[in-house]
Amino acid sequence: MYDEETINKIKKEHGRWQKTTLPNWTRQSPERKKEFRNHSNILIKGIYTPEDTPNIDYIRDLGFPGEYPFTRGVHATMYRGRLWTMRLFAGYGTAADTNKRFKYLLKEGESGLSTAFDYPTIMGYDSDHPMAKGEVGICGVAISSLKDMEVLLSGIPLDKVTTSMTINGPAAMLLAMYVAVGDQQGVPRQKIGGTTQNDNLKEFFAQKLCIFPPKPSIKLTTDIIEYCARHLPRWNPVSISGYHIREAGANALQELAFTIYDGIAYVESTLERGLKLDDFAHRLSFFFASHNDFFEEIAKFRAARRLWAKLMKERFHAKNSRSMWMRMHVQTSGCTLTAQQPLNNIVRTTMQALSAVLGGTQSLHTNSFDEALCLPTEEAVRVALRTQQIIAYESGAANTADPLAGSYYMEALTNEMEEKAMDYINKIDDMGGVIPAIEKGFFQKEIADSAYKYQKEIEQKSRTIVGVNDYTLEEEGECPVELLRVDPKVEKEQVTRLQKLKRERNNKKAKEMLEKLHTAADKDENLMPTIIDAIKAYVTLGEITEVLRQVYGEYKELIVI
Amino acid sequence: MPNARKIRVLIAKPGLDSHDRGAKVVARALRDAGMEVIYTGLRQTPEQIAETALQEDVDVIGLSILSGAHRTLFPRVMTLLKKKGLTDVMVFAGGIIPEEDIAKLKKLGIKGIFGPGTPTETIIRYVLEHVQERA
Repeated sequence: MYDEETINKIKKEHGRWQKTTLPNWTRQSPERKKEFRNHSNILIKGIYTPEDTPNIDYIRDLGFPGEYPFTRGVHATMYRGRLWTMRLFAGYGTAADTNKRFKYLLKEGESGLSTAFDYPTIMGYDSDHPMAKGEVGICGVAISSLKDMEVLLSGIPLDKVTTSMTINGPAAMLLAMYVAVGDQQGVPRQKIGGTTQNDNLKEFFAQKLCIFPPKPSIKLTTDIIEYCARHLPRWNPVSISGYHIREAGANALQELAFTIYDGIAYVESTLERGLKLDDFAHRLSFFFASHNDFFEEIAKFRAARRLWAKLMKERFHAKNSRSMWMRMHVQTSGCTLTAQQPLNNIVRTTMQALSAVLGGTQSLHTNSFDEALCLPTEEAVRVALRTQQIIAYESGAANTADPLAGSYYMEALTNEMEEKAMDYINKIDDMGGVIPAIEKGFFQKEIADSAYKYQKEIEQKSRTIVGVNDYTLEEEGECPVELLRVDPKVEKEQVTRLQKLKRERNNKKAKEMLEKLHTAADKDENLMPTIIDAIKAYVTLGEITEVLRQVYGEYKELIVI
Repeated sequence: MPNARKIRVLIAKPGLDSHDRGAKVVARALRDAGMEVIYTGLRQTPEQIAETALQEDVDVIGLSILSGAHRTLFPRVMTLLKKKGLTDVMVFAGGIIPEEDIAKLKKLGIKGIFGPGTPTETIIRYVLEHVQERA
C-alpha cells in the first residue's frame, strides 16, 4: 500500500521514536508484561505501522466484498443488504418442548433455527437403548424417528425458515427426516434450506462423538454432499467445524488450520465421486468459534476466507468464484463462560459476537450467560438474542463492510494467521493428509497440549479470567436465574412413545427397508435415497445406525492425554 | 508413607457426553504431580468403570460428566463399587453439577465435587489429603 520511500521514511521515524519518546514513557511506567501474546502465541507489538505490511497489495490481498479473495466478506453489500442470520442453538426435552422453544425464539426475532440433539440421538441410539439411560432429552432434544421430527417442526414452514442441525454420524438420518417433513408440508425439495453439520472428521480429534471408523465416516459425509448437489440445491450439506476444535482446547491458529484441512479432505473425497468442483464447492459451509481475544478472532475470520479462496483457486482450480467463497457460522465460545459471577458472561459474549460481526460472519449463535451452570433458560436465551439485535441495530457495526480493513494491526495479524495456518497445512500434507494425521494422534496431541497450557496460564495467573483467578467474590451468591432442569419424566414418556411406534408401524416394511439398507451399504452405494425411504417407513434412527454399525464397525477412540 | 507406591488414579468419563477437555487436563495435572493415572476414554458404562477400578487396583476415582447425566450414572457407579468391595476407594467428581445435586452426591460417598474454574492445584491437594491408605 506504500512505496518503498515512504516505508523507509516511516522506519526512520519509528527508530527515532523508539530512542527518544518511548524511553521517557517506559521509565515512568514500564509495560505491564515482558511480552504480550495472543492465544495463538503470536507476539503482539506495542504499535503497528505500515512497516508491518510492506508488501500488501490492495487488489490482490483485500479486494472488494463479494469478490476473490473475499477477505472483506462474501457478499458485496454485507450487512447493509441483509443482516447475518441470528441462529440460536436450542434443544432439550421432548420434540414438543423444543418446538415450543423454537417458536418462542422465532417470535422474539430469531431468523433461523438451530437444533441441539441429545447425546443418544447424536450417537445413533434410540431413546430406549440401554446406553441412553439418564441422557434422554437432557443435553438436547430426543429424536428417534420421523414421528419426533414431525412434532419438532410442527407449525414451522420449511420453505420460509432454514434449520441447522448439529448432527454428524447420523446426519443422513436427520436430513432424511427433515426432507420427509418437507414433503409432508408440500414444500418442493429445491426450496428446503438449512445445514447438516455432517463434519465427521473433526469428531475424531475434537468433538469426539464418532460412531464409525474414519473411512466410512468420510463416505457418509460425502454421500450427503453428493446427494445435496443433485437434489437439495439450498442445503448446506456440511458445516466444516472449527468450533469444537477450539472448544477442545486448540488455539485460534490451530482451529483455523485444522478446519481448513478438513475442508480440503471433503473436497477431495467429493471429487473422487466424480462430481465437478463447481457443482458442490459453493455449498460447503464453515463454523468457527469466537473466543476472547477480540482482534485475533477478527483476523482469524478474515484469514480463513482468504486462505480458503486461494486454496480453492490454486490447489483445486475452481473456476466459479462462488466455489471459492467461505460462508461461515460463528458461535461465541462456550468454554470462556464462567460459573463464577455468571452475569459477566453477557459481557464476554457481547465482545465475542462483535468480533464475529466485524469478521463478517453469515450466521451467529450467542451463548446464554447461564450455560456454565445448566441448559439455557428462556430469560438467558432472550438476553443472548438481544445481544445480537443490539449489535445489529444500535452499534453501527453493521453499517459498512469489513470496517477494520486497513488497520495496520489487523492486516499484519491477518497475514500472520494465514501464513502460519499454511505452515500447518503443509505439515499435514507431509503427513499424508488428515486420516494419517488422526491415526498418529497429531491433532489430538496439539489440542491437548494447548488445553493444558491454557489451564496452566490461568493457574499461574499469567492469564487473567475475571471472577475466576482475579476479582473473585468471597461468596458467589445466588444465581440470577432459576436453573433449567429437564424433568426425568421426559425419558419415560419418550420411551413409551417410541415403543408404541415400533409396535404400530408396518413392521414387515420396516424390516425390508433395513435389509435394503444393509445391501446398499455393502455395495457402497450412496445411502441417502435408501435412508429417506426407510425414515418415511418410520424405521428409527437407532435401527438404521445399528445396521451401519454392523457393516462399518465402530470407532475405538485413540486416547491422547 | 516412605517408599510408598504411587497413588493410582482412575479418571473416568461415564455416559455419552464427549467433553473430555477437563478430564484430560485433570489427568495430566495429577500425572505431573507424581500419580499413576489411568484415563478410561469416553463413554464408559458404570459397569466398565467399576471393573477397571478393580482390575487396575486404584486408590482414587475421578468421574467427569458435563451433560447432566450424573444424576443417573453416578449413583450407579457408587452401587457397583460397593458391590465389588471397593468402599475404600476415594471418589471425586467434576463437570457441570448443579448446587442442588451436590448434597445428594456427597451422601452417596462422592466426597469432592469440583465445578468449572477449579484450579488443578486444588484437586491435587484434595486427592493427597483424602486418599486412604489401602490394604
